[in-house]
Amino acid sequence: MKVALINYGMGNLGSVRRALEDLGANVIIAEHPLMLLDANRLVLPGVGSFGAGMERLRNGGWIEALYQQVIEHHKPILGICLGMQMLSGLSEENGLHEGLNFIPGKVLRLDKLGCSLRIPHVGWNEVNYREGMGLFNKIPQAMDFYFVHSYAVVVEDPADVSATTSYGTTVTSAISRHNIFGTQFHPEKSSKSGKQILKNFLDYTPC
Amino acid sequence: MLKVRVIPTLLWKNFGLVKGVGFDSWRRVGPVLPTIKVYNSREVDELILVDITASIEGHIPDHESVSDFSHECFVPLTVGGGIFNLSQITSLLRAGADKVSLNSALFENPGLVNDAAGQFGVQCVIVSIDAHRTERGSYTCFSHSGTRNTNREPLAWAKEMEDRGAGEILLTSVEHDGTMNGYDLELIERVASRVNIPVIASGGAGNYQDMIDAVTKAGAAAVAAASIFHFTEMTPLGAKDAMHEAGIPIRRRFEM
Repeated sequence: MKVALINYGMGNLGSVRRALEDLGANVIIAEHPLMLLDANRLVLPGVGSFGAGMERLRNGGWIEALYQQVIEHHKPILGICLGMQMLSGLSEENGLHEGLNFIPGKVLRLDKLGCSLRIPHVGWNEVNYREGMGLFNKIPQAMDFYFVHSYAVVVEDPADVSATTSYGTTVTSAISRHNIFGTQFHPEKSSKSGKQILKNFLDYTPC
Repeated sequence: MLKVRVIPTLLWKNFGLVKGVGFDSWRRVGPVLPTIKVYNSREVDELILVDITASIEGHIPDHESVSDFSHECFVPLTVGGGIFNLSQITSLLRAGADKVSLNSALFENPGLVNDAAGQFGVQCVIVSIDAHRTERGSYTCFSHSGTRNTNREPLAWAKEMEDRGAGEILLTSVEHDGTMNGYDLELIERVASRVNIPVIASGGAGNYQDMIDAVTKAGAAAVAAASIFHFTEMTPLGAKDAMHEAGIPIRRRFEM
């Protein structure tokens, strides 16, 4: 199993890489869109602001390559944190920014979603998923995962929501549509339960 | 609801980990990387790694080592020691630290907190306060691994740090540290009631009840400990089980 970890300059890839390697994956740090071609799985990580992330994807020529691999060739992709947010269509973080729009929706600040608790939402919090969501295979309901974010995704089609988390409001903590997956939490920092998520992503087979 | 965290503190000196009493008489307790691996397998919620010689000797934690450590760490990793400017913070975060812990530098340059929070987000910035209790029962902040009295009062200092953008306060009692006689609950309670950001209790945990007390009596959002895990049979998992029994929300255990 060859996994391309997309290195577009937003955040450290070390622990995602090690977690995937522990699971037996052959991880390539993709520095160029051509490196996605022979991968079986794509991972889009990311820490930082939406606008900066999209600009780097655009300048690096990643957007076309991702569209081709994910939409045309149905290659499974996992977006983590900012990576999940960029799967949606639009973000309001520091102005309006267009996303990849693989799963239509927009990204809003938590207080605009009705959250009156401290922002950013940082720490271990419970994730409740919809039954039958393959990404959460073997994981008990209300398991804790590690979150660090100030913005969250609101998808257009509720069927794309695979998990939610309560933090002063209902936060979308995972989304999926066919071969496209996103987690707002950080599986690579969520200890063994996070590793199970990554394993489920590697084990995913389209039906 | 966010969970109350149990955080082992790893004190790094030269090539290995040490633990002292009252910031003195350091004992070697083992190598860094295997310890990180063990704690990961035991489901700790976070790790704090502090290079205790860094601020005194004027360097920051070696980022190549930090990079090696962070890659083996599947929970959030905080790195501290000798951090005096923004470019050092950048290099440690690039090496894979999730947060940095700032202390000594802030007494001369408190604006570093504003700058770090502005550039990397408040979640990356932990302000570490080493509080010394004076004979008159008041407190004062010490810097440089407990070697210099700054004559700053910890409550006001914690509040100022919050206002400047600190994401959390790591509050260590110099007197209680390493004694395993319990946290300084009065200190923790005073600081925790003054600020709205999470306060991590540190210094003195000797049994699970001490950790429960830090949370339920003093309002700590997390408990840090070292000696109890290095020198006794007690473990982070045991601590979490005891806290759970006491009704404290802790992260659930998961085995693959």
